Amino acid sequence: MLEGKKVIIIGDRDGIPAPAIEECVKTAGAEVVFASTECFV
Amino acid sequence: MTTPVVKGAAYVLVHTPDMVMHYGTTCSSEHEANPNSEFLKKVPSHLRTFEEAVKYAPNQAYIGNILPDELNNIPRPWYKNLMEDAKADGKMGEMLSQDELYIVMKLCDAFDLVMLEKSFSDAAKEKISKKPYFTEAEIAKIKDGFDISEIESKLAEGAEPLHYNGKVVGCVKAAHATDKSLTAHIMAENIATKATAVIATKNLLYKNNISPDSIEYVIECSEEACGDMNQRGGGNFAKAIAEVAGLVSATGSDTRGFCAAPTHALINAAAMVKSGLYKSVAVVAGGATAKLGMNGRDHVNKDVPILEDCLGAFAILVTEDDGVNPVLRTDIVGRHTVGTGSSPQAVMESIITKPLDKNGLKITDIDKYSVEMQNPEITEPAGAGDVPLANYKMIAALGAKRGDIDKANMPTFIKEHGMPGFAPTQGHIPSGVPFVGAARSMILDGKINRAMIVGKGSLFLGRMTNLFDGVSIVMEKNPGKAEEMGAVSKEEIKGMVAETMKEFAAFLLNRK
Repeated sequence: MLEGKKVIIIGDRDGIPAPAIEECVKTAGAEVVFASTECFV
Repeated sequence: MTTPVVKGAAYVLVHTPDMVMHYGTTCSSEHEANPNSEFLKKVPSHLRTFEEAVKYAPNQAYIGNILPDELNNIPRPWYKNLMEDAKADGKMGEMLSQDELYIVMKLCDAFDLVMLEKSFSDAAKEKISKKPYFTEAEIAKIKDGFDISEIESKLAEGAEPLHYNGKVVGCVKAAHATDKSLTAHIMAENIATKATAVIATKNLLYKNNISPDSIEYVIECSEEACGDMNQRGGGNFAKAIAEVAGLVSATGSDTRGFCAAPTHALINAAAMVKSGLYKSVAVVAGGATAKLGMNGRDHVNKDVPILEDCLGAFAILVTEDDGVNPVLRTDIVGRHTVGTGSSPQAVMESIITKPLDKNGLKITDIDKYSVEMQNPEITEPAGAGDVPLANYKMIAALGAKRGDIDKANMPTFIKEHGMPGFAPTQGHIPSGVPFVGAARSMILDGKINRAMIVGKGSLFLGRMTNLFDGVSIVMEKNPGKAEEMGAVSKEEIKGMVAETMKEFAAFLLNRK
């Protein structure tokens, strides 16, 4: 599903942080163009 | 070697509706970008009165008039189900109004930067002089107010306005003509932080009958940093606060770590006392004006009152073992290390289960977990969900995975070992520490034996690292009597040995 796609990741500090999502989508063949974890509290 | 105990804790909220409009980053950013926005027009009608903020149940939990668990008995939304008999004076602190804050800011103003209009200043001074913890000498130090024309003149030169009920009643001037670290806005933020921390420290001393000169060290752990252009975060809030609070025997320093800073500071304080370095260490923090109304846009859009209308502050005193107060277990400390990784499971294991495993404890051996205690009524309208509940679900899941609890019992575990969020979203304020005072009461009352205080921090916001951070420490019932018995037993043993030797000597003599 993500093979060859460009991905922007916004992680959540109290949910799934960006580096964890990044590792997952990379294994699915996506190119991460931006990844950042944000704090909403 | 002594054992560190939590001797007392104080919690303060200052209702600052005008500061939401002018100092909160959500509103102030909108002022700059879109001054005529519909959002800004709607903000005033969504601000609460002081009385409404006092009657708001989560605020009553924060200042110690109800236990956090009691929020389970009050139907939500809590802003519609106010506690009619609520008081601004709390068992562990108090709520103050904005005029009281401004006059304490003037009291904390070491460089004549705060200007208050004369009649406002006189009235606020009269009001604050009724606080039992301010001495006449301290009140006398507050300098006279100014004519409004003088304040207007300073505002024209770039001073930051201080509003009360929508009107300008004062200003804060820049501390330097060109230094970007000493601008009027930064000075206003920092003096508000100092003032709220002073009020919390004063409450700690007064409500726990602690002599100000007994405190030897202060660790300050707020969100802001003070310094000039050559050392932007040079510090030292701690000593500045200690000076105004009358802690004449104390020195201190600042600890920073985003929202995790207070738990780091609590662990540091415990270690200092445990090592014998100091007998009495206060951990204090003031409020963050920038976070006022942070989720205000969503609150207005969903027609919820702007609930982030209070500055939060706290002060906790860690001392040598008194045989009564709950101990801080420096041997049950969790930490998220550089090598931990960022997956939620790895984070929670490092903070929660690793220190428990090291000490042969199960997840269920901790009676209460104090995690990120943000009030869900603030975060849910903004889409951030119920943060404490999300933390408790993760702890319960870890417990089920380890076999400490049955998967089917996860909801019961969450209810019994967790609690509803009740703290204002002031960053550092909700992170673990708001429950220290309630945990102390519950442990002293025999309701619980152990609580884990968890602090987590979003280090990546400083753009120095992508890392997250978290630390934890366990508070536990003081086994004082057992220790005392042990000490007595030693004396008794010595007496018994002496008695036996005496008898033996007599036996030898008689044999002759």
